[in-house]
Amino acid sequence: MAKVTQLIHNYLRHTKKFPHVFCPGCGHGIVLGSLIRSVHAQGIPKDDIVLVAGIGCSGRIPVYVDFNTVHTTHGRALTFATGIKLANPKLKVIVIMGDGDAMSIGGNHLMHSARRNIGLTALVLNNHIYGMTGGQSSSTTPFGCYSTTTPFGQMEKEFDIAEITKACGANFVARATVMQANLMDRLISTALINPGFNLVEVITPCHTQFGRKNKYKTTVDMYKWLKKNATPIEKYVDMPPEKKKEVVSTGVFSHKDCAGLEERYAQMRQNLNGGAA
Amino acid sequence: MANKTKKKKQTEIFALGNEAVVEGALLAGCDFFAGYPITPSTEIAEEMARRLPCLERGVFIQMEDEIASLGAVIGASLAGRKAMTATSGPGFSLMQEHIGYACITETPLVLVNVMRAGPSTGMPTSPAQADVQQARWGTHGDHPIVVLSAGDVQECLEMTVTAFNFAEKYRTPVILLLDEVTAHTREKITIPDPEGLYIYSRLLPSMPPEWYMPFEDNMRGVSAMPPLGSGYRYHVTGLTHDDHGYPTSKPKEVESFINRLFRKIDQFFYDIQIVDEIQCGDADTCIIAYGCVGRSAELAVQMARERGEKVGLLKLKTLFPFPRPVVEKMLRQCSSVLVPEMNMGQISREVKRVNNGLSKVNTLNRIDGQIITPGEILKKLLKG
Repeated sequence: MAKVTQLIHNYLRHTKKFPHVFCPGCGHGIVLGSLIRSVHAQGIPKDDIVLVAGIGCSGRIPVYVDFNTVHTTHGRALTFATGIKLANPKLKVIVIMGDGDAMSIGGNHLMHSARRNIGLTALVLNNHIYGMTGGQSSSTTPFGCYSTTTPFGQMEKEFDIAEITKACGANFVARATVMQANLMDRLISTALINPGFNLVEVITPCHTQFGRKNKYKTTVDMYKWLKKNATPIEKYVDMPPEKKKEVVSTGVFSHKDCAGLEERYAQMRQNLNGGAA
Repeated sequence: MANKTKKKKQTEIFALGNEAVVEGALLAGCDFFAGYPITPSTEIAEEMARRLPCLERGVFIQMEDEIASLGAVIGASLAGRKAMTATSGPGFSLMQEHIGYACITETPLVLVNVMRAGPSTGMPTSPAQADVQQARWGTHGDHPIVVLSAGDVQECLEMTVTAFNFAEKYRTPVILLLDEVTAHTREKITIPDPEGLYIYSRLLPSMPPEWYMPFEDNMRGVSAMPPLGSGYRYHVTGLTHDDHGYPTSKPKEVESFINRLFRKIDQFFYDIQIVDEIQCGDADTCIIAYGCVGRSAELAVQMARERGEKVGLLKLKTLFPFPRPVVEKMLRQCSSVLVPEMNMGQISREVKRVNNGLSKVNTLNRIDGQIITPGEILKKLLKG
């Protein structure tokens, strides 16, 4: 067995019934692998990690890993995580969301979590579609793409999750595709140790629900597309606008180290209680 | 000597119903509050914002909406805190999904709903009692829940303490219903000595983590609940789950899980049932009331007794599980029962279900945003 695979087995719940729910060709497992490698690399004990997820395919990830895991309601994972982090700031709270979770039903919570700069690590698994419910359009389905609820093409413009989170004031915002495993490892590692709100958006293919409806004949075609079109953000900014539409910008969008809300709150509480004594 | 010190620890304050809720919560050990401003519950959040940061571990956070508020409360409770939120009609509607989540994950929390006139935005500064059935059945799916009510400022404090005790004891969300009148009445109350107060905190596991079952089907129906990050790594999910917390759809496991949820409340019914029986012993007419109307009814009973009428009052402090045994006893004893309430008949509906031909159930409903007065109740009583 390869060494990386062995490592992942140390973090899986062997009492849980496998196989997992993910379709062949799904990118979610790659992100989970990257998360486990990053946690291991940072040496964070399993007991200190709380993995919170929303609803959808991405929401099914926590049950397989041996952390403290909370599978919450659709779009509200960040609110639960906010409560957990404020209740016990020593915990490393990681939030896994899909694009529907993070940007559609839970867009409000994402904006406010970024504004508060609460100490969370958010992973958004963006596959541009509602996979679990059978392939309906989401707020990140690209303009013109097909889904079961946009049978004649998406008429709405899509959200750029990384740009929005950056604009809302998050400390660390980055994007990678599942074809960039090393970059993803680096970004998630940074997101785990940086203070404040950290978000890594990962573009992950959903061939079953998105690819088949949008002229990708096989799963491999989707991965090839990602490999070809992932463009470092440094290169991306100098590209002509018409070219920008065809590619996915990746890399670090924002990197600050402002204190997280929980640190600021603890400071305020200390000042108040010091004043009283 | 001991008595003297004890007396000193009791303090009297002049407080709003909403402020009394905060006093009660802090006495019960609440150290986490998440909320969103909404009339007429806002003073609870405001007072919490002032008080909690002064505690060693206290946390107050104003969330972006009511959905987020209850989400944060559940998160904090899972992390081991005694957590609560407070809201009113429209916010209560938004919270319904997370109430269901707290039920299925058996997360202790206290939710105060200060009832205002509805539906929708309704009359934000007027009282009503129209969220009673919503508190029972608002979230989807079969679920047990504990709903309490308070009718004066002292009761606000006491019932908040009780709400926390029930939540922690039975690992369940507890909804405390106030109404705008009770929440905004200012009167003198006594803050009890914390040392003499019965405070229950959730059971922590004593077994090693590998033996721990977070949702075990044991005698009590309630498992120990370790805080997240204490070495007991387990899975919490809103999906129907087995003893270990893993999702399941096996009919046998699902059935025993839902049955246990109901059983854990049912078997402790007599602990949860709180009612005040006022002059019920010889009564042949009984008023069944709760909240601020219960207070009007108390005076109405006094007025009726002065006229020689044998009237009693059953003041419900626990609304759900519905205190069927005491209500049934009064229905057997009395020739007629009057249920005055500020809605179209939400508790009288329950009384009628219990009645089943035992007695005559009269109703007195007011839905114009005004409180039911003792005079009105008396008038209705004398009419029969």
